[in-house]
Amino acid sequence: MLLGPSLLLSAVLFTIGVVGVLLRRNAIVLFMCVELMLNAVNLTFVAFSQVLGLGGQVMVFFVMTVAAAEAAVGLAIILAIFRHTRSVDLKNINLLQG
Amino acid sequence: MSAELVFYILAAFAVVSALLCITQRNALASALWLVSTMFSLAAIYVLLQAQFIAVIQVLVYAGAVMVLFVFVIMLLNVGRSPSDIRGLPVRIVALLVGAGLLAQLVLLGRVSAGSMAMSQGAVAGAGSPMSAFPAGVAGAAAPADQGVVGAIAEPLFRTYLVPFEITSILLLAAAVGAVVLAKRKL
Repeated sequence: MLLGPSLLLSAVLFTIGVVGVLLRRNAIVLFMCVELMLNAVNLTFVAFSQVLGLGGQVMVFFVMTVAAAEAAVGLAIILAIFRHTRSVDLKNINLLQG
Repeated sequence: MSAELVFYILAAFAVVSALLCITQRNALASALWLVSTMFSLAAIYVLLQAQFIAVIQVLVYAGAVMVLFVFVIMLLNVGRSPSDIRGLPVRIVALLVGAGLLAQLVLLGRVSAGSMAMSQGAVAGAGSPMSAFPAGVAGAAAPADQGVVGAIAEPLFRTYLVPFEITSILLLAAAVGAVVLAKRKL
């Protein structure tokens, strides 16, 4: 029974992911920080599935599927952007700034 | 060693790896530290009696998804770029936002765990969810008669059958979309 510590670890990992998204400009590292946040949420699901039934683990299964799809499409978009600007640094992607 | 001690060691490993992941200048080093975080999380899942999820975590996350990331990093050759970590003002803002978010999450964890214990008709007084749920009722009872995989397959293919089928359409769309986006000319 490690519900409390698991939730605390999940909160810490999610916060690290958010700080990473705010801190980095490399689009690929940004994506990895999003994956870190998804992992933190998965830990919450697994921790609660221990006491509330196995539906939480099924939800983790779905989260992983969606994360895999998101990574495939996101990395393809990054590839297309790299072909366009020769960089994955977000400071070079400023078309919306006018 | 007790399970709690193992959990705390793995948790420290996961947090340190995650911190190194967001502070490494080299994108490839970041990816490898993220893999290390995912392996520690897989070990924690085993401690939480979610063995199937632990195996899937290693196979899908640390295996497939991170290999995709490493492929793209090496394909674009962005390892040797100058530091992409933002300047001091953004760092301060990021730390403040992080501290606020962490405080909120910890507070939320305490409140919701306590109220959940109340709604389950727990014995008043302690307010801790541990008193509401005796040790591992759901986690330990199910795998005993069905096996670890069968216990997950049963809700997955009965209650969540329609979402499961929709996932396959999502994966097909993602595969087609990734090919279309990454192709030079259609």
